[in-house]
Formats: sequence, C-alpha cells, structure tokens
Amino acid sequence: MNQSGNPSRSGSGSLVLIAAVLGGSAAAFAYTAGWLSPGRLTPEQMISALTPPSGAPFGHRRNHAKGICFTGVFEANGNGAELSSARVFERGTYAALGRFNLGTADPNAVDATVRVRGLGLQIAAADGEEWRMALINPPIFAVSTPQAFHDLLIASGKKDPEAMKMFIQANPEFTAFATWAKTAPWTTSYAEEPYHGLNSFIFTDAKGGEHAVRWSLLPTAKGTAVSQAELQSRGPDFLEQEITERVRIAGPQRWTMVTTVADPGDPTADPSKAWPEGRRTVQVGTLVVQRIEPEQDGPCRDINFDPTVLPRGIRLSDDPFPAARSSVYRKSYDLRAAEAGDYPRTGAAKP
Amino acid sequence: MSAPRRFAPIQRLLHWLMAACIIAMLFIGVGMVSTVAPTYLPLIMIHKTLGVTLLILVMIRLALRRHYGAPPLPADLPPTIKLGARLSHLFLYGCMIVMPLLGLGMLWAAAYPVVLYGGIQIPALLPQSDRVHTLLWNAHVYLGLAFFALVLLHVAAALFHALVRRDGVFGTIALFPLKSRTTAAE
Repeated sequence: MNQSGNPSRSGSGSLVLIAAVLGGSAAAFAYTAGWLSPGRLTPEQMISALTPPSGAPFGHRRNHAKGICFTGVFEANGNGAELSSARVFERGTYAALGRFNLGTADPNAVDATVRVRGLGLQIAAADGEEWRMALINPPIFAVSTPQAFHDLLIASGKKDPEAMKMFIQANPEFTAFATWAKTAPWTTSYAEEPYHGLNSFIFTDAKGGEHAVRWSLLPTAKGTAVSQAELQSRGPDFLEQEITERVRIAGPQRWTMVTTVADPGDPTADPSKAWPEGRRTVQVGTLVVQRIEPEQDGPCRDINFDPTVLPRGIRLSDDPFPAARSSVYRKSYDLRAAEAGDYPRTGAAKP
Repeated sequence: MSAPRRFAPIQRLLHWLMAACIIAMLFIGVGMVSTVAPTYLPLIMIHKTLGVTLLILVMIRLALRRHYGAPPLPADLPPTIKLGARLSHLFLYGCMIVMPLLGLGMLWAAAYPVVLYGGIQIPALLPQSDRVHTLLWNAHVYLGLAFFALVLLHVAAALFHALVRRDGVFGTIALFPLKSRTTAAE
C-alpha cells in the first residue's frame, strides 16, 4: 500500500467528504421526488381534492367514476388527411372503444344530479397506433390552469359560501362555465349530447404543415331539452338504461367528429376560452356506437383514456391540461387497478 | 487467460456512460410521478426511451464482462467486505436488467401503448391485468428506491477505495489512468 502522509487525518477528511456526497445526493433525490416541497401540485394532491368527504370510490376512476362501456367504429371520411398525416384520418373504418360517463367522483351518483357528461374514446389504427381522448359536454372548460382546477375542487368542497366567491374572484374565467351549467339545456340521453375535447392539439400534415386544432363529437340524434326537475323523476341510472335500450332497439348511434382549426393568435393554452365563431371546421369522420356493455365486465373498464396517447401526426400544444390529466389519470389507474377487489368482476359477461 | 489488472477501455466507458444514465433515470423516475406540470410528458418519454436503451446496454456490458473478465479485488480486503462487494455488484446488475423489464411489463399490463422517442413502438408481451400491473408497479417503485440506495452505497465504497484505502480498486474502473497508484493484487 502506498498510503502517504498521516492516514488518520486524510482518512477523516475523506470520510467527511464521502458523507457529504451521500447526504447531498440523498437530499437532491428527496427534493426531486417532491418530499421536501409540500407546495408542489402532485397527482396525489389532485386526487385527494377530487375525493368526496364520503371517501374514495375504491376500484373506480377517481373522477368521472360512473360510466358504461361501448364498442363500435370510427369511420374516417378522408377529409382529415389535409390537416394531419395520422393514419386514422385516412378514409377507412377503425375499431373504437369507449365509455359514456358522468363528471362525478361517486360511482353511484343519481344521473339527474350530475351536470357534466363525458365520453372516453380509444380509436385503434391498423398499425398498432392508438388515439385516446376524454371529452365532456360543456363547450368550454371551467378553469384556465390545472392549479385553478385544484383550487376549484378545494373551494367547492368547502361549506363556507365565501370560499367559492373568493375562488371566482381569483379565477374570473369560471363565470362562463357557471353560466353554461345554469342555463344549458339538459337532455335525456347520452346519445343526444355533444362531446368536446376542449384541449388544443397540433395536427401535422404530410407536408409538415402544422395546424392548432380542437375537436368535438356532435350527435346526429336530435336532442329534446328537458328541465333538471323532470330528470329527477326518472330512475337513478336512467342514462345507462336509456343508451342500452336505444342502441338495442334503434341500432347504432352516431356522432360527427368536427375539428376546428385555430387562426393565428387564438388561445391554445387555455381551454376555458372558446375560439371566436367562424373558425374553419373540417368534418373528419363519424363515431358509430354499436354495442353497450356494463362497465363492471366491459372492455372500457381497463382503459385509461389518457389524452396524451396520440398517433403520429397529432401532438401536444402549449395547453397544460393534457399533461396534467395524463399524470392524474395514471395515478387514478394505478389506484383502481390495485383496488380491483373492491369492484369485483362478475365474470358473467365473458362470452 | 489470467485476470486483467484493469477493466478494458470499452468496459470503463460503458460503466461511466451507464452510471450517468442510471442516476438520471432514478431522478427522472421520482421526479416525473410527483408532478402534473407539462414537463411530466417529456420526462416520461425520456424515462421510457432511456430505460429500453439501458436494457440493451446492460446486455452488451455483461457480454463484455464475460469476454474480458474483471480484475480481482485486493488480496488484503477482509472476506466480509469481499462478499459484500460481490453481492452488491450482483444486485446492481440485477437491477439494471430487471428495472426496465418491470417498467415495460407494468405498462403492458395497464394496456398502455409503449411508444419511445422517435415513434418507436414496442409491442405488448403481456395482456392487461389489474393484479399483474399492481405487482409490477410496486416492484418497480420499491426496487427503484432500493437501487438508488445501492448506487449510493456503491459511490461510498468507490470513494472509500479511492480516498481512504487507496488500494487501486478505483483505478481499475477509472476512465483515465490514475497517477501513483499501485495495482490491486499487490
């Protein structure tokens, strides 16, 4: 050994250095993991804000917890190809799988009590690529940022009426959503609802041209506007019963997928801001819902309708919501998968 | 063939390259799951792409180790320390192989399409399963934390060899030759 000088002195200095390296690394790791930053908005915090006082819906999605599965096809008419090179826009028929749902954390909610209705959708292209999305019926989102959504959940969960007033003062964009919630007509069927993507994405065409877009699914079924009071006279699950009966008796239900193309300067980063009227729209195809199945054993149960699962030809914009939704949906999926025993499959639906 | 005095240059290069990538992976892993910010998505993309890359690199590394061998530990190292060194290296290699497989498996079992940087698709080798997803996800998380602890231990041992014992062990893997260091077995 060629130890030189005073080994004990240089040794103790070295030991201090080693301890500093280890301590510093562990601290940096803890900081990165958020263990030292209680102020960071984590998926856990978002889920905790979504959880009602009655407790988490074990085995279910942490939001939009009540739903029913459908399968069908997406018929692309080929018009989308001018905006995006994604394979699902080439004229043809692609397998679709989805879920009608209610914007509530309660899987046993009474249908008439839930204002927001939604649709989760997965379209599969032949080459193994998938396009997933989750849409809702209001034409604008409630707030501008994921942090504001968290604050909304906290404020609306408080008994103090001042909490919502203070929230609206800090987030005035919420007023437009509140007006929609108060004044928009209610319908008696999932089939009569429009579903809006709200988030902005970038379509890339075959020549490399980029187009900021939002998309919606507009129903071909004619809606009958009813009052909420009228809905309350129906059963707690009338929406699920109605869509099941409708598809069984009247056959497949259809929605036209319409993409709206932004003009330069339109707000892509804020889904609470509608784009001005008169923007160019392109009808890219039709969603055909052919079969309804209960969620418990249905094919939508296992799918996380993560809106960042995109085919080539579609990518994210500067809208901060898809990333936040992806992060929180993932956590929700991890939780409900681990709790599957609380929502057991019956096994009866398997053919 | 007698045991080499140092690791071959390609082994040393791969060691330091993978060390940087693995440390980045561990930090990205705990960082990405703690945020809802837009950086979540690029971090996930890097984590998946780098994870698969590291799986390929560790296979190459094991093949190189088989071909070139590894220098012996100093003869005067106490047997318990030698055993600890062997076990910790075994566990490090195990983590390098198993962590990417657990990561891929948990994504497959959750029916997520696995798409890497550049649009590379990895076909699913497992069907969706709540139970399998939960098992692999937990294993990925806890083994990841254990992996980080082991990396720290490895760094501490390396520094101990380099600064306190000065027994040449660090020199066998150092990227550049160290001055005035004797070889390991002397």
